[in-house]
Amino acid sequence: MRVIRYEEIVEKVAAMCQEANFELGEDMMNAFHQALKTEKSETGKEIISQLIENAEIAAREYMPMCQDTGTAVFIVEIGQDCHIAGGSLTDAINEGVRKGYQDGYLRSSVVRDPIGRKNTGDNTPAIVHLEFTEGDRLKLKMTAKGGGAENMSGLKMLKPSDGVDGIKAYILDVVRAAGPNACPPLVVGVGIGGNFERCAYLAKKSLFRPVGKRHDDPDIASLEIDLMEEINKLGIGPQGMGGTTTALDVKIEVEACHIAALPVAVNLNCHANRHKEVVL
Amino acid sequence: MAKKLKLPLDKQAIRDLRAGDRVLLSGTVYTARDAAHQRLYELIQEGKPLPFPIENQVIYYVGPTPAKPGQVIGSAGPTTSSRMDKYTPGLLEMGLKGMIGKGYRSEEVKKAIVEHEAVYFAAVGGAAALISKAIRSVEVIAFHDLGTEAIHKLEVENFPAIVIHDIYGGDFYEKGVRAFQQ
Repeated sequence: MRVIRYEEIVEKVAAMCQEANFELGEDMMNAFHQALKTEKSETGKEIISQLIENAEIAAREYMPMCQDTGTAVFIVEIGQDCHIAGGSLTDAINEGVRKGYQDGYLRSSVVRDPIGRKNTGDNTPAIVHLEFTEGDRLKLKMTAKGGGAENMSGLKMLKPSDGVDGIKAYILDVVRAAGPNACPPLVVGVGIGGNFERCAYLAKKSLFRPVGKRHDDPDIASLEIDLMEEINKLGIGPQGMGGTTTALDVKIEVEACHIAALPVAVNLNCHANRHKEVVL
Repeated sequence: MAKKLKLPLDKQAIRDLRAGDRVLLSGTVYTARDAAHQRLYELIQEGKPLPFPIENQVIYYVGPTPAKPGQVIGSAGPTTSSRMDKYTPGLLEMGLKGMIGKGYRSEEVKKAIVEHEAVYFAAVGGAAALISKAIRSVEVIAFHDLGTEAIHKLEVENFPAIVIHDIYGGDFYEKGVRAFQQ
């Protein structure tokens, strides 16, 4: 049994929260530069140039690339042979988020209850998903998920007879309805299968895969490519002002489901696609 | 070429704007997002005065990140405007002339923009570090307890934005997308 100290998790989480908000990943920077070459709209090109400049300023000056520094969402892969000493994993993550957001001058964007709407003041609680794995490692995957794109996400319980055409039509509907609100260019995360709650989780999880990396299953990979082409024909473009770059990537995760079901979830990510990963 | 505009906007300047125009705004803007709008709405319902003179002014939908020591403001890009749609026609009726945000507006807001000769600008969502460089000074003037959602009075210089809705019913989102739809 390997022991991981509570404090170590706190420190790692705090650092991840700041890095995610200050430094846009290389995958996203490459996607911006690629889009700058292919975008047909002059306004669209100018917006992409501004996003590149913005990301450079953020990284250079350690300032958040977006004022919406997001809800801190974690997928934690916990090896069954590892033990956390000194406190609970959830507490450690929340303490790390509190420290990371406060010390990093990141915005507190979480309200305690959805009706009373009083800000918690430290961006906690984080949203934590646990996955148990073999081995004795602890892998922390974090995203700072902005509210604008999250608000335009959706889930639909399709009928099995709707098939791939139905799946595609629904995904295009969500992206079309989101228009400028979700801050395109987007990364579109899709979950297919599972059940009602699992499907939404799959869509979120798909967004943790680096931009440009295709699904291992060639059929799913080809569906990702098809959807990307169709989404970019919608004309929405950067910031919804028209153009050929509506999505920088489409990610799909699939899972087994009930014989009566075909759940599809679409979790939109704005261009501030902030993901970090550490292994302890 | 971007048009340089002084804030508060004068009537003629608003009439000269067309959907799609790129502008650089200089002068005063007031920040307000969800919670501040809710409070302004309550003050109006109760017949009480607003904490700033709204006539001819521009509201920027933003909740900035906290300023680090030595910074004027943290990152400060636009938030989604549609969440303020419920409150906007009333504010336009009271003389508000401009809004800066991002994303779609409701039919009611679009109608009120035409009726009251106002303008809706979009700033680039997510370009928050870049945009913060155009903000010269910040003062919290109301609802301090709301933190990032308090009303801040900002002085901006060459703040980059694009006209989405003009007084003639022009809609740059519709026009822009139509040109590239396949």
